[in-house]
Amino acid sequence: MEGIVDLQVFQLLTAYIFILILLFIVRKRGIKREKEIIISSIRMTLQLILTGYILTYVFSNSNPFITISVICIMETFAIFNIYKRVKSPLSFNLKKIIALSMVIGTSVSILYFILIVLNLSPWYNPRYFIPISGMLIGNSMTGISLGVNKLVDGMISKKHIIETSLMLGATPKKASKSIVNNAFDSAILPTINAMVGMGIVFLPGMMTGQILSGISPLSAIKYQIAIMLGILGSVSLTVIIFVQLGYKTFFNNEHQLKL
Amino acid sequence: MFVLENIKYKDILNIKNLTIPERKITCLIGESGSGKTTLLKLLNKMISPTKGSIHFKNKAIKYIDSIKLRRNVVMLSQTPVIFRGTIKDNLLKGLNFSEKPIVNDNTLKEILSKVHLDKSLDLNAKELSGGEKQRLALGRIMLMNADIYLLDEPSSSLDENTEDIIINEFVKYIKTNNKTLVMVTHSKTIAKTYADNIIEINKGKVKGEI
Repeated sequence: MEGIVDLQVFQLLTAYIFILILLFIVRKRGIKREKEIIISSIRMTLQLILTGYILTYVFSNSNPFITISVICIMETFAIFNIYKRVKSPLSFNLKKIIALSMVIGTSVSILYFILIVLNLSPWYNPRYFIPISGMLIGNSMTGISLGVNKLVDGMISKKHIIETSLMLGATPKKASKSIVNNAFDSAILPTINAMVGMGIVFLPGMMTGQILSGISPLSAIKYQIAIMLGILGSVSLTVIIFVQLGYKTFFNNEHQLKL
Repeated sequence: MFVLENIKYKDILNIKNLTIPERKITCLIGESGSGKTTLLKLLNKMISPTKGSIHFKNKAIKYIDSIKLRRNVVMLSQTPVIFRGTIKDNLLKGLNFSEKPIVNDNTLKEILSKVHLDKSLDLNAKELSGGEKQRLALGRIMLMNADIYLLDEPSSSLDENTEDIIINEFVKYIKTNNKTLVMVTHSKTIAKTYADNIIEINKGKVKGEI
């Protein structure tokens, strides 16, 4: 096995040339994005440095309490990130459903993956538990954000169709079925598309990381296949819980549309 | 059949007393924005009053399940909504939603002829004109065989001649089958010709009953 090329600080600094090129392009073209580019570069750098130190500490102090705490923090950030990403105003009830779907959907998927697929021992080994949970939570967050946007937009733009269906004696479930299906479909489509391009169009981050750290490509793909299936499961579970419960928040006890 | 007492809905409607009789044709007339559509929506619980009580067949409407009520008190909104699919899909939508038995193609064709829509059942409903869509929507609710119909300007997209034919046909259907019709109309002529009971709404209040 070849040794890993450890990046020196000055080597890392040379990579920032890409940011300078981007800044040059946007300035030249008069696109007002410099501030966001600089802020996001600084945030990315600082967040990753901090994460590096935290993970070093967590990995060398392996215990279930710390592992679970890290997952809780990730979950909380993911939930608030979803609230921020959705353009339309969210009701308190819908926010509760989003949080509930994320917690249940990702927890079930993480536990299944760790306990059944990986059969990890000890189960809380942070070196596996944290990055795998991160991938499942991150992808579920993206999926559910798309699902929330589609559901809210669909409910608003197709209000007249829902109302007509209710007038014809439909239950809220039947009246919003096409909107709910559409939201679910839009939420899982990027994950399905990612699977199609995987290995040919791009090498996924985790697999690239493993290969760079010296693991054989064949071992790396086994992990990658497993994690992609885990991601698909987690996204689907999270989004189906969300849409199945989420549409109900748009109706009251009298089966009237609350928009 | 419907008895409304001290009804208030936001700042839109304020009705002291109103009775809508069973097995009769009641027309609601009044200027646009006067609260006619709001009144219709109160009758099938698409909305609930802010204050007051509505009784349906001597039972307070708030104790009646909204979905069961709407399957018996079917409403047609002013702008007809056409679902994705063929004319047949659209006709069957009401039966599907209300979980009533599906009918055969001959019955569907009979309904189309009643609303004077001479089109194939397999035609994409999107291709229909505004007036044809309105007639299709009317056919869809006729097929549901409900006891009470609430129609909001059912002829707004129809020309005068077709309007007369269609309303006449629908009224005939109501009378022959002993049903109840509550219809919002802009046309005083239609109201005078067909209604047993005319209610004029003005700025959310009942101005008079004729």
